[in-house]
Amino acid sequence: MEIIENESKQKISLVRLFFEMMKISAFTFGGGFVIIGMMRKKFCDELHWVTDEEVLDMTTIAQSAPGALAVNSAVIFGYRMAGVPGALISTLGTVIPPITIISIVCLIYDAFSTNVIVQTALRVMRAGVGAIIADVTIDLGMNVFKSGNALNIILMFAAFVASWFFKVSAIKIILIFIALGLAMNFLRKKNGGKEAKA
Amino acid sequence: MIFLQMFLTYFQIGLFSFGGGYAAMPLIQSLVVDGKGWLTMAEYTDLLTIAEMTPGPIAVNSATFVGQKMAGLPGAIVCTLGCITPSVIIVLILAWAYTKYRNLDVVQSVLGELRPAVVAMIAGAGLTIILMAFFGTSTLSEIPGSPIRFIEMLLFAGSLILLRLKKAGPIQIIFGTAVVGTILYTIVGGI
Repeated sequence: MEIIENESKQKISLVRLFFEMMKISAFTFGGGFVIIGMMRKKFCDELHWVTDEEVLDMTTIAQSAPGALAVNSAVIFGYRMAGVPGALISTLGTVIPPITIISIVCLIYDAFSTNVIVQTALRVMRAGVGAIIADVTIDLGMNVFKSGNALNIILMFAAFVASWFFKVSAIKIILIFIALGLAMNFLRKKNGGKEAKA
Repeated sequence: MIFLQMFLTYFQIGLFSFGGGYAAMPLIQSLVVDGKGWLTMAEYTDLLTIAEMTPGPIAVNSATFVGQKMAGLPGAIVCTLGCITPSVIIVLILAWAYTKYRNLDVVQSVLGELRPAVVAMIAGAGLTIILMAFFGTSTLSEIPGSPIRFIEMLLFAGSLILLRLKKAGPIQIIFGTAVVGTILYTIVGGI
């Protein structure tokens, strides 16, 4: 029961999945995209349970559903790795650390929020979190450049400008890119396959 | 019956919060503070501080905080379950559809266009955190007037080198920067 063979014929340990998710969740300071970076490093780089492309696809799906990005990505990563049991186990692993930590912090709130060491540690931690995301971005960005697809490179910069400078919400960017993808698919079909690879 | 109410309230928060943590905050305020009166405005402000200082999604953190206050640990668990149930159901359906249809031409081409956009959004989240670390603000116009934090820049460069060349793990990096940074600030007295 502990080891599950998934659709890609990989043998995944549910116990391992649970503890990896718990560790990632306990250290995910700084929002949903940080957890994606952490999960990519663990499950793609280290364990080779998922591919880079799948990470990006699953991030899109996690973004398209309501709710916290961390929980949504736990559900879909878990499902991809070990089906419905995997999804439930990895969600459980994701919510146990915040429940525990908040329950404790509620009790010691005053001491916690005014402690200078805690405040300094939390502030400097951002430098490490930033480095992790930068590392993941370099890997993923290089893949886009290496693909040599000029259109994708332009789209990547366009999406960056839209989301970062103009604060267009993630869901709107996803919807616009879905429309774009459908239009491109339609155009390719119309050209009768001779430029199918373009 | 309070448990059912708590579950349903957080079910709504989970179901209608599109677009990440800060999008969920107004919803939490209107339902939990203004609507049910389960939190006072002062407690809600404390909640924001705690959510900022602890790991985990803001919606889950607030569910635990409210549940804990209303009915102890069982309350925390009920609120959290309410909050994540819509996500689990909706994402499972999407995940199933993705696994089933991802090899279709149309789906392939749409996903192909989406991937660079996702890379861009991850990059954007990273840049925001890096600017926060270096200047204490991520608003470009405020940066020229902000103090530059050289220790954070040093920690960032060191972390990135360890990640890229030594394949250091992310948890080691986060823990390491917290410890080394706090020690450095204690030495230079900028704590």
